[in-house]
Amino acid sequence: MRINRRHMLSGISAAGLASGLSLPAIGQARYPNRPVTLVCPWGAGGGTDATARIVAAILEKDLGQPFNVVNRTGGSGVVGHSAIATAAPDGYTIGMITVEITMMHHQGLTELKPDSYTPLALMNVDPPGVQVNANSPHKTIKELADAVKAAPPGRMKASGTGQGGIWHLALIGWLQAMGLRPDHVAWVPSNGAAPAMQDLAAGGVDIVTCSVPEAKAMIDAGRARSLAVMAPQRNPQFRDVPTLNEALGINYSVGAWRGIAAPKGISADINNTLVAALKKAYDSKEFQEFMANRGFGTTWADPAGFAAYMAEGDRAMGAAMTAAGLAKRA
Amino acid sequence: MSSAILAAFGLVFDPYVLTVILLSAIFGLFVGAMPGLTATMATALLVPVTFFMSPVPALGAIVTATAMAIFAGDIPAAMLRMPGTPASAAYTDESYAMSRKGQLELNLGVNLVFSVLGGLIGVLVLILAAPSLAELAINFSSFEYFWLACLGLTCAIFISTGDPVKGFLSLFVGLAIGCIGIDPAAGYPRFTFGNVDLMSGINFIPTMIGVFAVSELMRGVMTVDQAGRPVQEKVGALFRGLGEVTRKYWTNFLRGSAVGTLIGALPGAGADIAAWVSYAMAKRFSKEPEKFGTGHIEGIVESTSANNSAIGGAWIPALVFGIPGDSITAIVIGVLYMKGMNPGPTVFLENPQLIYAVFIIFILANLLMLPLGYAAIRGARHLLAIPKNVLLPIILLFCVVGSFAMTNSPYGIVLMLIFGVVGWLMEENGIPVAPLILGLVLGELLEHSFMTSMIKSDGEFLVFFQRPIAGLLGALTLTTWGLMLWRGLRPARAAI
Repeated sequence: MRINRRHMLSGISAAGLASGLSLPAIGQARYPNRPVTLVCPWGAGGGTDATARIVAAILEKDLGQPFNVVNRTGGSGVVGHSAIATAAPDGYTIGMITVEITMMHHQGLTELKPDSYTPLALMNVDPPGVQVNANSPHKTIKELADAVKAAPPGRMKASGTGQGGIWHLALIGWLQAMGLRPDHVAWVPSNGAAPAMQDLAAGGVDIVTCSVPEAKAMIDAGRARSLAVMAPQRNPQFRDVPTLNEALGINYSVGAWRGIAAPKGISADINNTLVAALKKAYDSKEFQEFMANRGFGTTWADPAGFAAYMAEGDRAMGAAMTAAGLAKRA
Repeated sequence: MSSAILAAFGLVFDPYVLTVILLSAIFGLFVGAMPGLTATMATALLVPVTFFMSPVPALGAIVTATAMAIFAGDIPAAMLRMPGTPASAAYTDESYAMSRKGQLELNLGVNLVFSVLGGLIGVLVLILAAPSLAELAINFSSFEYFWLACLGLTCAIFISTGDPVKGFLSLFVGLAIGCIGIDPAAGYPRFTFGNVDLMSGINFIPTMIGVFAVSELMRGVMTVDQAGRPVQEKVGALFRGLGEVTRKYWTNFLRGSAVGTLIGALPGAGADIAAWVSYAMAKRFSKEPEKFGTGHIEGIVESTSANNSAIGGAWIPALVFGIPGDSITAIVIGVLYMKGMNPGPTVFLENPQLIYAVFIIFILANLLMLPLGYAAIRGARHLLAIPKNVLLPIILLFCVVGSFAMTNSPYGIVLMLIFGVVGWLMEENGIPVAPLILGLVLGELLEHSFMTSMIKSDGEFLVFFQRPIAGLLGALTLTTWGLMLWRGLRPARAAI
């Protein structure tokens, strides 16, 4: 208590003395001088939470102040994303934003868009895969694609995330690229990839379009097979899974991404400090090893690149969601 | 195999690992005894610490902390009617009723001993039958979960004492407020009025703290200047009368542990649902169901065994398939990946010594619960010596902290206060609050499993009976309902 008061008093007197000087400059030179909150819009234990926590741990070591991960969950990500956007732009609340920010506003769930934030760094992109039950008669993506085309609309069921979620859009994109209607394969909403993979193993659905790392446990257990990834290149962790382009000649790729962002209007100094620290964290052995262990992809983009990436993703998602009837009509 | 077991013993009985286990045990007891701080949260808080540990102490810390937390939740439930974790909610009223009858010692003794024994059963099943039980659990699709949710809701009728109509009312209120938030199937916001917090729904932990603890505080305030002390002042001999309870209710213990392990092993259902179901089963099969709700030990034996056995059970699908059995193991799976122990059947082949080490820690943690739990109860008794006008504000403070911790925002506190008043009004009018919590817990599972099943079957109802396990569960549910209906109607007919 006494220490706190003394600090406060010295702070006040310092401020008094320095009244002639530019005050913000003093404050910024010492950023961060108190703990920073890193908001995670998804639950403890998931992939986004794990990524946020490793980034926070590395930033903490680098910048010398605690970076506390706070899970603000619910509302399909709206709650956490709006907590980041509406926080004070003082650099002491930042957050991990995810691909949903390019999707939710098309559905009419929120007003927030990618440009509601100060983008700092893109850290990770995971492309979707196409998984089937290990007992499925379809051994290759070609056989599955033929079976999908031959089946009456709505007969086959796919899952992987909630209605209108990123893996749902991956399915829609793939179906459209094959010249089929977006609802040719019916979507069964799930509470994420793990329950969907379990339902695949239980025989509840035919296809799961989550990312390959999310399907890894079931594939290793011999319950599921991954037939393709919807990405420009194969995943080095899963070398024998072909891309859609090599197998079907379809050039369709979309991914779930995670990045760090701050509220709009943070000062340039704080922005630069954070971007430099994030770049260092991204290049660190700890981060790269951690992501490789989980099978997560790593992709870096600086603020300008991240903003452009989100703008492009936002446009593509808007088009796909409108075509699929998922977007809220104006 | 024997060399792997020896290696595992070497890994566990290392001064560093043992220190980690002891510290996380104390941490777990503290978190569990604080209302609103759950076993899941204990795990989440441990994760950053385990980043920098080798696999055995990392997993040992989580195993120990969660086992302790689930037990420790029983202590404030019995003393203050404040479930420390959701897993104690099912028998909070019963425990508190026992305390008011002056049987606090017996209640806490039973909670401690049967938590230990139930935990050990769960671990034994995990060690001996993990692959085959996981095989059963993985076959559960939305059809099976739908029937399971129906069976769970049926428990509301068993757990509510008194008028079944009031029990139904409370359950339906729970189901109705469960609809607030984003629809689990279509992803469309319902009853949110454009409010971002409401989009996340009615979080059930602040609600639970509200209806149980805050409503009790309000009752306490009304009598604060009368009897100065709550319940009773001292905690006497904990283990007196335990022999008799064990002799009389050993079948409850076995059934509770079996049901708990099984429910724990089912993905998506954990210790809290295990406790609800076990409590309801105890009452259903009891020779003296009329004593339930008046401070009767039988249901507590069964459900306190069940929630601790569920912890071990939840590791079964997590280790074998990488599918979380509950919210704790959802976090554990992440840690397993981080430590290079990727879940799957191969984990038993690639790193047997690590898995055996986890099993040994599981057993050790449960044995350690006996002395540490005893010490925790002894320490907590000081709470009871605090005068009411000091104690009540302190409890409210803990409630506020716990509710805030769930949502990381004042929204949790608002929910807690609103449901404190709601719970108080309900109980003043003889409406039980426990079914409301059950409805809130199971509502989403019920809706989601029904909606996804209908999408899968293209609107065909018969599919709910076409899969073997679903058919069995469906028949069981409908039979139970039929029997209840018949019993309810019989006296009416006799009266005519």
